[in-house]
Amino acid sequence: MAKTIKEINEKIKKGKAVVVTAEEIIDIVDKKGLAKAAEEVDVVTTATFGPMCSSGAYINVGHTKPKIKIGGGKATLNDVPVYAGFAAVDIYLGATALPDEDPRNKLYPGDFEYGGGHVIEDLVAGKDVKLVASAYGTDCYPRKKLETWVNIKDLNEAVLFNPRNVYQNYNVAVNLSDRVIYTYMGTLKPHLGNANYCSAGQLSPLLNDPYYKTIGIGTRIFLGGGIGYVAWHGTQHNPTVKRKESGVTQAPAGTLAVIGDLKQMKPEWLRGATFHGYGVTLTVGIGIPIPILNEQICKYTAIKDEDIWTQIIDYSENYPQGKGSSLGEVNYAQLKSGHIKVQDKDVPTGGISSYSKAVEIANTLKTWIKKGDFLLTEPVASLPGEESGYTFKPLKERPLDK
Amino acid sequence: MVSKKIVLHFPNKLVDQPIVYKLVKDYNLKFNILKASITPKEEGLLVLELNGEEKDYKQGVNYLKESGVKVQPLSRDVVRNEAKCTHCGVCVPICPTAALVVDPLTRKVNFYNDKCIACELCIKACPVRAMEVHF
Ligand code: SF4
Ligand code: SF4
Repeated sequence: MAKTIKEINEKIKKGKAVVVTAEEIIDIVDKKGLAKAAEEVDVVTTATFGPMCSSGAYINVGHTKPKIKIGGGKATLNDVPVYAGFAAVDIYLGATALPDEDPRNKLYPGDFEYGGGHVIEDLVAGKDVKLVASAYGTDCYPRKKLETWVNIKDLNEAVLFNPRNVYQNYNVAVNLSDRVIYTYMGTLKPHLGNANYCSAGQLSPLLNDPYYKTIGIGTRIFLGGGIGYVAWHGTQHNPTVKRKESGVTQAPAGTLAVIGDLKQMKPEWLRGATFHGYGVTLTVGIGIPIPILNEQICKYTAIKDEDIWTQIIDYSENYPQGKGSSLGEVNYAQLKSGHIKVQDKDVPTGGISSYSKAVEIANTLKTWIKKGDFLLTEPVASLPGEESGYTFKPLKERPLDK
Repeated sequence: MVSKKIVLHFPNKLVDQPIVYKLVKDYNLKFNILKASITPKEEGLLVLELNGEEKDYKQGVNYLKESGVKVQPLSRDVVRNEAKCTHCGVCVPICPTAALVVDPLTRKVNFYNDKCIACELCIKACPVRAMEVHF
């Protein structure tokens, strides 16, 4: 028996909706069967808590007296440069930005103690942040220098806007070389010393809605402890990668661009993070509800770790050079067991995304919905799906002297 | 007589030198190997319990330092800031002594202080700097 989002919202308002996490639905479907589960359960909550480099926040700091046009000038927050190519007092703070004086990888492997991700965490934590700006001065915006403390509560707008989050599946990173390498997938020991993975697997949003049947533009989500929305498909969205029979992609595929009011968010769900020798990023907590509209959707959400497969990629040569192929396929149950086999070697695994935090987010979102605080939305438009032919292309370089 | 536990970091070039053998032969020290491993940077890591005369112990440690071995007392000075840890698990395969392991039920990362040899490899591997060295 099919349901509509409207009917589910009516139940949520009455406090009668049955809401379970993407982990709990697995057992329910096992015990009660698909038909009964789909009938009884109204919403399945999914979540992820992992580093997402394509994150950032735009901010309107308010006008000074006399006025300054930071746009076209320069600005920093806690010495971290922000993008100042907008109107007078709009800036964009990116998660991977670093202070000019950070030695980066000159002292290899770089420490990257503080950057954009940390500024976002400090802002959200309610700490005062130092704003320094310089401008060229105009007749209408005469001021040329600004140095002040700012606090999130005084900013006009502070909006988290992440061009790419919530990857549908991700690579497992290994190192075939004979030296240690420092990557965004963590420190990788030589000769297959470890294998790092980065997905919540059976709890991950787009792995539970592999064909984007319910998650679309306008979907209301848990974002960094507050409420956000899916704004668009994310950059590098790649729905056409190969899939298993279940529909689940076997490699990184779909992505989401997300947006939400930073002022409502919590520092525990937006954490600045450092990858030794790589740089700074932001760990973002995201939870997405999936309305159980029919049996097929219910079946997608009951996907188990052992049925989600991904590719093992060498990050010493294949990944940086953009060539070569997968060293093999593993599933998330194998990855979470602590060891996988790669080229006949027993390799210990490490996570990058926190599964226990993802469980916490899925449970929080479940509570919000059960209490009637969070209603579901109909997507305004769908994300480009497999049939769209949409793909993720490499850059075709063209020499400048032609 | 003294009995002390120390952590030795052997740089790459010393890994195949008979250094511990010399401690026994030239300085008359008895040793117990508590832990030994090769770190990701291909450095040797050895945790020893040394027994011998105070004078011999001091000279032995001096000999180690002069040979280019980094010597640290084994003190449990690496702690986890529980409020900061996100239980991601990046540190788990980095730790040479399995002091950081994933609990299969809760999926949280447990820190077993008693297994920690304070090698400090996890300090920079942790993205949120939850592992801290306390002096
Ligand atoms: S790497 Fe840091 S945050 Fe992650 S589990 Fe280890 S101590 Fe906790
Ligand atoms: S310092 Fe860290 S990596 Fe080294 S033994 Fe202790 S917990 Fe493990």
